[in-house]
Amino acid sequence: MVDASTRQKLFGTPETNFLNCTKGWKSWAFTLDHKRIGIMYLIGVTIALFLAGVFALVLRSHLFTFDSKMLTDDMYNQMFTLHGAVMVFSFIIPSIPAALGNIVLPMMLGAKDVAFPRMNLASFYLWIIGTGCLLAAILSGKGLDTGWTFYTPYSIDTNTGVIYATFGAFILGFSSIFTGLNFLVTVNTMRAKNQGWFKLPLFVWSLYATAIIQVLATPVLGITLLMLIAEKTLHIGIFDPKYGGDPVLFQHFFWFYSHPAVYIMILPAMGVISELISVYSQKRIFGYSFIAFSSVAIALLGFLVWGHHMFTSGQSLVVTLIFSAITFTVAIPSAVKVFNWLATLYKGSILLNTPMCYALSFIFLFGIGGLTGLFLGALSTDIHLHDTYFVVAHFHFVMVGGTLTALLGGVFHWWPKIWGRMYNDFLGRVGCFLVFSGFNLTFFPQFVMGSRGMPRRYASYDPEFQIFHQLSTVGAFVLGLGILLSFVVLVYSALRGPRCSSNPFRAASLEWQSSSPPDFHNFIHTPVLTDPYDFETQVYDEELDTYIPREFANPDKVAPRKEPVHH
Amino acid sequence: MAVADSHDTHDDHHDLHDHGEFIAHHFDSAEQQFDSGKLGIWLFLVTEILFFSGLFVAYTLYRTNHPEVFEQAHVFLNKYLGGLNTIVLLFSSLTMALGVRAAQLGRNKNCSIYILITMVCATMFLGVKAVEYSHKWDMGILVRSAFNLTYTHPTPTTEIGKALHISDYLVYLCVVPALLLAGFIVASVISKLINKGTLAKFMIAMAITVSGYFLGVCVGIIFMNATEGETGSTHASVIAEQPLMLLASTQDDHAEGDHDDHDKAAAASNHEGEHSDHEEHFGSHPADGGEASFDAHHPDPSTLSRDVGIFFSIYYCMTGLHAIHIIAGIIALAWLYWRSLLGHWRTDYFGPVDYVGLYWHLVDLIWIYLFPLLYLID
Repeated sequence: MVDASTRQKLFGTPETNFLNCTKGWKSWAFTLDHKRIGIMYLIGVTIALFLAGVFALVLRSHLFTFDSKMLTDDMYNQMFTLHGAVMVFSFIIPSIPAALGNIVLPMMLGAKDVAFPRMNLASFYLWIIGTGCLLAAILSGKGLDTGWTFYTPYSIDTNTGVIYATFGAFILGFSSIFTGLNFLVTVNTMRAKNQGWFKLPLFVWSLYATAIIQVLATPVLGITLLMLIAEKTLHIGIFDPKYGGDPVLFQHFFWFYSHPAVYIMILPAMGVISELISVYSQKRIFGYSFIAFSSVAIALLGFLVWGHHMFTSGQSLVVTLIFSAITFTVAIPSAVKVFNWLATLYKGSILLNTPMCYALSFIFLFGIGGLTGLFLGALSTDIHLHDTYFVVAHFHFVMVGGTLTALLGGVFHWWPKIWGRMYNDFLGRVGCFLVFSGFNLTFFPQFVMGSRGMPRRYASYDPEFQIFHQLSTVGAFVLGLGILLSFVVLVYSALRGPRCSSNPFRAASLEWQSSSPPDFHNFIHTPVLTDPYDFETQVYDEELDTYIPREFANPDKVAPRKEPVHH
Repeated sequence: MAVADSHDTHDDHHDLHDHGEFIAHHFDSAEQQFDSGKLGIWLFLVTEILFFSGLFVAYTLYRTNHPEVFEQAHVFLNKYLGGLNTIVLLFSSLTMALGVRAAQLGRNKNCSIYILITMVCATMFLGVKAVEYSHKWDMGILVRSAFNLTYTHPTPTTEIGKALHISDYLVYLCVVPALLLAGFIVASVISKLINKGTLAKFMIAMAITVSGYFLGVCVGIIFMNATEGETGSTHASVIAEQPLMLLASTQDDHAEGDHDDHDKAAAASNHEGEHSDHEEHFGSHPADGGEASFDAHHPDPSTLSRDVGIFFSIYYCMTGLHAIHIIAGIIALAWLYWRSLLGHWRTDYFGPVDYVGLYWHLVDLIWIYLFPLLYLID
C-alpha cells in the first residue's frame, strides 16, 4: 500500500511526460524514445494509407462504368501498382508492429525502451527513404506498371521506374528487419523481473512471431530485388529468359518472402484482437497457450506455403499438391484463435465501445477472408479463381478487414494511454460502422464477380459486371469516409479531448500501470507484475478515478468495480 | 608489454570510479546490455546468411540444371589466387579472434594491433580480388549478356598501365585506394602538426590498411604470372575431356539466335575429334576470329556454351556481394581500432569487439563456401 501523494504521482496525470519533456523538432527527429518513434511511424503510415487510399478511390471511380475513359489503360496499370506497392510495403507491413508495437511492446515488458533505440530510429528513417524511393517512381515521370509483385520478365522489359520501386522495397525491407530484430532481442532480454514467457500479453507473443518472420524472410526479398536490379541493368541472365534465365525462379524467391509477409501483416493484428477481446469482455482470455503457440505455428507454417501463389505457373504437380495440403493446415492455428476469441466472449461482461466494435468486425471479416482462402488453396477451384476479383476480395478481407480494422481498434484502445485524452466514443463507433459496412459493400460484390470470371487488373470489363463494380465503388467511398471520420475523431481527441486517467478500461497488462501519457522512462515506479488477463487485480481508486493494481490501492477507498464503465 | 600492463592497471582503476560509463540508460546491467547485443548480432548474422541464400539457391539451381556449364566455366578461375585469398581470410579470422581475446582481457594496445592486422588482411583480399576481376574483364569474361570471351589482352592505354604492364581495369580499380592512401597520409601529417596524437595514429593505421590493398595487388600479379601457364593447361585438359555431345545438347536447349547454328556446327565438328578444326572455326567467327590468336592451351570460345556467362553472372554477384561485406567489415574494424586507441575496452565492456568479430567470422565463413563452390569444381 502506498500513500495518496505517491499514488497521485504514479497514476495521476503528470506534469511532465514523454510528449512534453523536451521540445523542438530536433527532440523528435533525433529522439531515441520508442514512444516518439512509434508516433512518428503512426503519422508516416497514416500518410501512406491516405496516399494509397486515394489511388484506390481513383481506381474505383474509373471502374464505375464499364466503358470509362477516366484513366488511360497505362494510367490504370500505374494506379493499381502504386496502390498495391505503397499499401503493402509502406503501410500494412510497418503499421501495427512498427507504430503500435513500438509504443506498447516495451511498456508491456516493464522496460524503459527497446533493446536498440538507435536501430529503432534508423528503421524509421529507412522507412522514409524507402517510401520516398517508391514514390520517386511517380515523380520520375515514368510511373510503375508491374503490379506490386514485380514479376519477371515484364519487370525487366518495361521502361517504367522499376529500379526506383525495387530499391525502395529493398530499403523498406531493411527497415522491417531492424524492427523485427529489435523486438526479438527486446522480448528475450528486457522482460520485467519474473515475467516468464507465459506471463506475457498475447500481443507480445504475436509481435514475437511476426519478428521471426521479418528476420527470416525479408533478407530473401532483399537479395531477390538486388538480383532484379542487376538483371535490369546488367542483364545477368538469372531471371531473364532471353539470356537463359528462369522467370519462375523469381516467383519462387518473391513468394518465399511475400507469403510469410502476409503473416507479418495479420499476426500483429491477431495479437491486438486478443488484447481487445479480453479487456472489453473483462474476462480471462480463453486458451492462452493455444493462442500463443498458434501465432508461432502460423509464423512457421507460413514459410512452407509460398507455392500456392504459383499453382498456374507450371510447377510440378507433386509440389503443387504438397503446397496445397500445407496451405490447409494454416487454417488450423487460425481457427484455434477465432475459437478462443469467441470462447472468451462467451459470458463475458462485454463493453461495446469503439475498440471492441473494431475487434468484433475483425472476427467477422477475418473469418470470411480466412475461409475464402481455403477456396484458393484448393487446386481445382484455384484454377478457376486464379487472377480473378475473388483473389482481390479474399486478400482485402484479410488485409483491410483484418489488419486495418485491428490497427484502428488498437489505436482506439491505446490512444488514451498515448495522449492522456479520451476520444468521442459515439463518433468512434459511427466511424467503425462506416468502415465495416463500406468495406463489406466494396469487397463482397467482388467475390461474386470473381467467381463469375471477372479478371483482376483490367481497366475495362463486360457490361454484365457493371452493377457489382458500382456497388464496390460506392462501398469504397463509404469506407474512405469511415476512415476519415475515425482520423478526425482521433486527432481532435489528441488535441482537445477530455483528460483521462491512467487506466480507464480496467486493463491488467503492464502498460496501464504507467501514467497517461507515460513518463519518458515509461514508469516512474517499477511496475507490479500482474497477470495480464486477471482483471480482478485491478481495483477502482476513487481519489484518482481510475483502476490501479491492488498493491497500490488504499483499502478504505476501493470499489471492486466502477459500475457505469462496464455493463 | 610494460606499456600495455600499465594501461590495464589504469583501466581497472578507472573501473571503480565510473562503472557503467558505457551502459545505455535503458539497460539495468552491463550483463543485460551484453546479452542483448550478442543476441542481436547473432540474429543479424542469420539475416546475412539468408541474404546470401538467394544467390546460393540460384547457384544450386543452375548447377543442377547445367552442370556442364559449371565445368567449362570454372577453369577460368585461378584457384591459386582463390586459395591465397582463403588463407589470407582464415589468417584474418585468427587475428580477429586474438583481438577479441585481447579486448576481453582489457588489453587495448594488443587489441588494436590485432585489429590492424585483420584490416590489412581484408584489404589484401580485396587487392587480390581486383587482380582477378581485371584479368577476367580483359578477356571479356563478363556477366551473361556481355560475355564475349577473347584471349587478347588489350594493350594498356593509361600511362601507369603502360609503365607497369598492367591492365587498364586494374589501374582503374587502384584509383580509389590510391586516393584514400594519399588522403590518410596527408591527414596523419596534419593531425601530427596540430598535436592530435591519437588521431595521427589512427590515420597512419588507416594508411597501412589501404597499403594492404596494394600488397594484395602485387602478390596477386606475381601469383597470376607464376600460375598462368598451369591454368592454361588446365583449360586445355578439361576441355579435351569434355563430353562434347553434352555440350551440343545443352546448346540446343539454350543457345539462341545467330549463335545457335554456329555452336551446333562447332560442337559437331569437334565431336569428330579433329583438333585442327579449331582454327577453321575461328576463321568463320568474325566477332573474335580477327584478333584472337589461337593458343592450344586455351579453349576455343566457340566450343563453350553461351550459358557460361550465367556462371560468371553468379560469380560476380556472389563475390561482389561478399566484397561489399568485406568493405563494411573494414569500416566496422576501423571504428573498433579507434575505440581501442581510446582505451575503451575493459574486462566488463568489450561487446562491440565481440560482435564485429562474429560478423567477421561470418564473412570469412561465406568465403569458405564460395571458394570450393566457384573455384574447385571438378
